Amino acid sequence: MELFTGDVLQDARTIIDRYPPGRERSAIMPLLYLAQSVEGQVSRTALREIGELLGITTAEVEAVASFYTMYRLRPTGRHLVNVCTNLSCMLLGAKDVFAAARDAAGVPPGGELSEDGLVTLHEEECLGVCEFAPAVQIDFCNHDKVTPERMRELIAALSSGDVPEPSRGRAMESFAHASRVLAGLER
Amino acid sequence: MEFEPRLTRNWDDPSVIGLEGYVAKGGYEGLTKALEQPAGDVIQIVKDSGLRGRGGAGFPTGMKWSFVPQDTGKPTYVTVNFDESEPGTCNNRQLIEAEPHRLIEGTAIAAYAIGCHLAFIYVRGEYLWQGMILQRALDEAYAAGYLGKGAKYDLDIVLHRGAGAYICGEETALLNSLEGLRGQPRLRPPFPAVEGLYASPTVINNVETLMNVPDILTRGADWFRSLGTEKSPGTKMFTVSGKVERPGNYEIPLGTPFRVLLEEYAGGVLGGRELKAFTPGGSSTPMLTAEHLDVGLDYESIAAAGSLLGTGAVMVMDDTDCLVEAAARMVRFYAHESCGKCTPCREGSWWTTRVLQRMQDGLGREGDVQLVKDMGTNILFRAFCALADGTASVINSSLKHFEDEFEAHVREGRCTAGLKSEALSSTGVGSDAER
Repeated sequence: MELFTGDVLQDARTIIDRYPPGRERSAIMPLLYLAQSVEGQVSRTALREIGELLGITTAEVEAVASFYTMYRLRPTGRHLVNVCTNLSCMLLGAKDVFAAARDAAGVPPGGELSEDGLVTLHEEECLGVCEFAPAVQIDFCNHDKVTPERMRELIAALSSGDVPEPSRGRAMESFAHASRVLAGLER
Repeated sequence: MEFEPRLTRNWDDPSVIGLEGYVAKGGYEGLTKALEQPAGDVIQIVKDSGLRGRGGAGFPTGMKWSFVPQDTGKPTYVTVNFDESEPGTCNNRQLIEAEPHRLIEGTAIAAYAIGCHLAFIYVRGEYLWQGMILQRALDEAYAAGYLGKGAKYDLDIVLHRGAGAYICGEETALLNSLEGLRGQPRLRPPFPAVEGLYASPTVINNVETLMNVPDILTRGADWFRSLGTEKSPGTKMFTVSGKVERPGNYEIPLGTPFRVLLEEYAGGVLGGRELKAFTPGGSSTPMLTAEHLDVGLDYESIAAAGSLLGTGAVMVMDDTDCLVEAAARMVRFYAHESCGKCTPCREGSWWTTRVLQRMQDGLGREGDVQLVKDMGTNILFRAFCALADGTASVINSSLKHFEDEFEAHVREGRCTAGLKSEALSSTGVGSDAER
């Protein structure tokens, strides 16, 4: 194996052990997060090797990976910026926040990755922080009541190599770091 | 409103996020009490309390537990649904941010009641921090001997993260996801109580539901019934968002009039404007209007008014908001989240999104309103699970109350509702300003 060797393989075993014997396939979601934490996205190699670890085909792994939006099967920026534009956020100006993020990050129309490759921008569905609308997540850390001006500041911080402090909880260094937490490998 | 809060009574004490603080407030006494009696008695108390599932369907919790057969020779499982994703809903999130041990205790009681020794908590992927809080609380509970092999009742709880799929809040889709499959719903029967996780008897409960259980054990079924209505006992968390002065999560007794929630708790409509429409239980529950201000917020009263209690997610729109735009955005959500299994849902939601978009863009055609109406009729009750019905609810309820506004969009090629308002130019709120 190329990806699942050494420490990464050890982490994979820890993940698989969470599930009952014979039910190893349940580990597929955290294993995809683990792969994503190493590579910053989920590669073909990762899909194949997770299949080998679990005794299922690459196609079966890909079927799962492609179903969920939080697994990135395409090139992804160091940071993932999600702007909620669902109803409650939309009513309070989320479309302008999204437009500000797109312009500030330099994401071409119809695209998702900024031209400098730093930021992947997503117009997101409800993020479950409706009382703090408009809601934004950077690497799944929440920023509350974001105005277009605040959005530009957040992007500027990312561009200068900083990670802005979230409204609650602690900051993730990157999308890859967040993926490691999502794999349950960091308390 | 005067009453003793239940789920939120410790919210002003930040120490209850930890085990020590939670125990100091009487935490884990419900579990201790449960373990002192036969499992059947625990189920009976929860039955007697009349507790109903808070995740949307409102099914009686004790009855759900009693459906689990004990003689199959297979293990039984408790699976906690913390995949909170219904647009407008975030009370589970705040409940966990404040007091994660209450969920662990409720889960342990449910596990004891059905003889389960391995439980799963399915956490919404985007709830990164909340999952960390919960994992820390689990670690504490293991260290303190409430969980694990050496505990008074042998129970392991595994936290499993979702990855951004609304459909996984549907219980059978959640089970598929947990088994490592695509999160698509299963045909029922067999129901999860008989064949759920790993084809074994399984109880799936919502976070808020289980967080009610510890107090029911310590204070009793009659105490639980002392708030709420006869058929909808207890309190419920409501999330109020959108155009209100004080958006937030509020606990109120079931049956409280919507007016009280809106005015006393949420401070009324933002800027003192007129209420135009609201969802009582999330975007998949039919919208209601200002004429429903005095409807009681309980399962029966909301059903009588033509909607559903859902997850208690109230999203408020005022008289400057465009209902075509709102409906288009909500339907687009369902198009994005449809798992693709059933044609009426998969194709219907995308098609309706396109038609509503062209109405919004001023390109609506004659007959479009009827077309959208037909879509609503042809989606409702014609798919495998309730996701499609959510799409239909948006379409049908917005047309029921605001058909004129849709017609006006087609006729005038623009929104007339938003432009009537002088507030738009001053606040620049939302996309109405761009129109």
